[in-house]
Amino acid sequence: MSINLIVLYWNYIIVIMLMMAGLYIIISNQNFIKKLVGLSIFQSSVFIFYISLGKVSGGTAPILTGIEDTVYSNPLPHVLILTAIVVGVATNALGLALVVRIQEAFKSIEEHKLLALKKEDGLKDIQIEDSKEDSAV
Amino acid sequence: MLILDNIPALLVAIPLLASAVVSLLPSARIAWGFAFFTTLICLYMAFELVGIISSTQALSYAFGGWEPPWGIVFVLDSANVYLVLLVAFVSVIATLYAYTMLAREIAVEDLPKAYAVWLLAIASLFGLAMTGDAFNLFVFLEISALSSITLIALGAGQDRRALLAAYNYLIIGAIGATFYVIGVGYLYAATGSLNLIDITDRLNELGTNQAAITGLAFMLAGIMVKAGVFPVHIWLPAAYSYAPSAVSSLLAAVATKVAIYYFARLLFGIFIDITQLVDFFLLYILMPVSVLAIFYGTIAAIYQSDFKRLFALSSIAQIGYITFAFSLNSHSGISAGFIHIINHALIKGALFMAVGIFALGIGSRATMSSMQGVGRQMPITFAGFVLAGLALIGVPLTAGFISKLYLFKAIFETGNGFYVALIALSSVLSVLYLWKIFEVMWLKEPVQPLKIDKEPASAYLPVWLMVGVIMIFGVYSGEVISSGIGAANALIGAR
Repeated sequence: MSINLIVLYWNYIIVIMLMMAGLYIIISNQNFIKKLVGLSIFQSSVFIFYISLGKVSGGTAPILTGIEDTVYSNPLPHVLILTAIVVGVATNALGLALVVRIQEAFKSIEEHKLLALKKEDGLKDIQIEDSKEDSAV
Repeated sequence: MLILDNIPALLVAIPLLASAVVSLLPSARIAWGFAFFTTLICLYMAFELVGIISSTQALSYAFGGWEPPWGIVFVLDSANVYLVLLVAFVSVIATLYAYTMLAREIAVEDLPKAYAVWLLAIASLFGLAMTGDAFNLFVFLEISALSSITLIALGAGQDRRALLAAYNYLIIGAIGATFYVIGVGYLYAATGSLNLIDITDRLNELGTNQAAITGLAFMLAGIMVKAGVFPVHIWLPAAYSYAPSAVSSLLAAVATKVAIYYFARLLFGIFIDITQLVDFFLLYILMPVSVLAIFYGTIAAIYQSDFKRLFALSSIAQIGYITFAFSLNSHSGISAGFIHIINHALIKGALFMAVGIFALGIGSRATMSSMQGVGRQMPITFAGFVLAGLALIGVPLTAGFISKLYLFKAIFETGNGFYVALIALSSVLSVLYLWKIFEVMWLKEPVQPLKIDKEPASAYLPVWLMVGVIMIFGVYSGEVISSGIGAANALIGAR
């Protein structure tokens, strides 16, 4: 990729980097809150993507000034992202509320500990639990 | 007529407003009454809509007088009007069922709020079924996801694993929804429009466009997560099995079906200009994946002993049948898919309701070991359960038979006998897990007395209402078949 292309599209490159970073955090982290942080980064990268789409170089806010030949940025992606931010906040709030409840119920929010807990105190996955009972019957 | 003209908007607005009112009501009983009355109004409006569509073919409702493509529109045609009716019907029955069942599964003081979220979920399903705006769909998708997650998490009072199931759904669902938004962004960059019909027109002018194709891929991936299509279904079994039984029956019946409908609309209704790519996707990706889904779901269900999880796995197989029908890429294939959307929603709703009543009867989760002889102790529910089970297999005189019949008809049109054998084999396999359940519940002696005096009539009545409709559609199937054919006509044109 030529330097020119990087300079021209640097915002999109950052979007992709953030997106991958967010997805990686969600997949690799064991901690439920860190997963939500990853989700936030992932969603934010999409917000930046939309805002980059709407930007017209040299454009101003779309307010009618009466001056002819004014270049305006496209306001629609910004409005859409305003909605998406609200949705993202709601998702994160619900996710954090669930994490609080998980901490109360299981005394842990680490994925590997929860899996280990399932094995220890008979809270195994139903599939394993019942296949034993069935063979006993 | 002010009300009749605004039915599409009211179908979303009324449950939305009612949900705010319900959350403030002091008593659970009043809250239920209000919610039930709301769903009845929605059912009435859905019937009105069917009447309007059968005379005018299509309806476009522009919000606030902003004409498309600038404003947000709700589009109704013969592809989605029956889906709206299905959502309305199932939500009435599920709310009736919730009167007894939800009250016994979650704390009384939480009930009004639970009904508020319940109505929110119903409102979002109506919105998903009707919207003709790509970004508006994302908003409804998220309302539906957040309300379903809350409802699933309510199962924590019974089993704390509901919380983990809800959390997993939240993370996977949010990734799916964000993928969908990325896709919409690409499409907007390519066409400059969010209106689905306008996008089609502009894409036809543009010709093959790399950004639009990428956008399509992202959107489909996101929708597939929501629809529980096989490789991205992992949130589904746990979510359905730990949710309260009323919630499982509502979600299993209609939540994934609405996403599947939109999946079909994206594939067949919008991206006309890249037919070759869509053909490739259908033949080499969707078809193998659907066959895998059918066999994975069915075989996993055979080895599963928890009833709710078993039927959740069987749902994955049934969604596989629907996507398989779509992947045949023919008029009769799409009709078969839409017929099965309606029939499977009714069948799976009835099955989840019946399993909930069994679990209530024995006071613990319904599993192969705990359910011995329960069929004899609860004969009324069990009879309805067996009929719904027969419909799931596809026995003649039930609605499931009509689905299978039209699926086979669509396959025969392609002239590929291999697929006929595959579908027949999977039907035989599904007999195995249903026979296992029948054997445990009916042929074994009861091991423990029931925790309740008798089967609650308010709980088995909804099951029988569903089963009644399944049997009626099995004999007088004209309406369902014509709805499926109408859907195919609306999506790819009459043949």
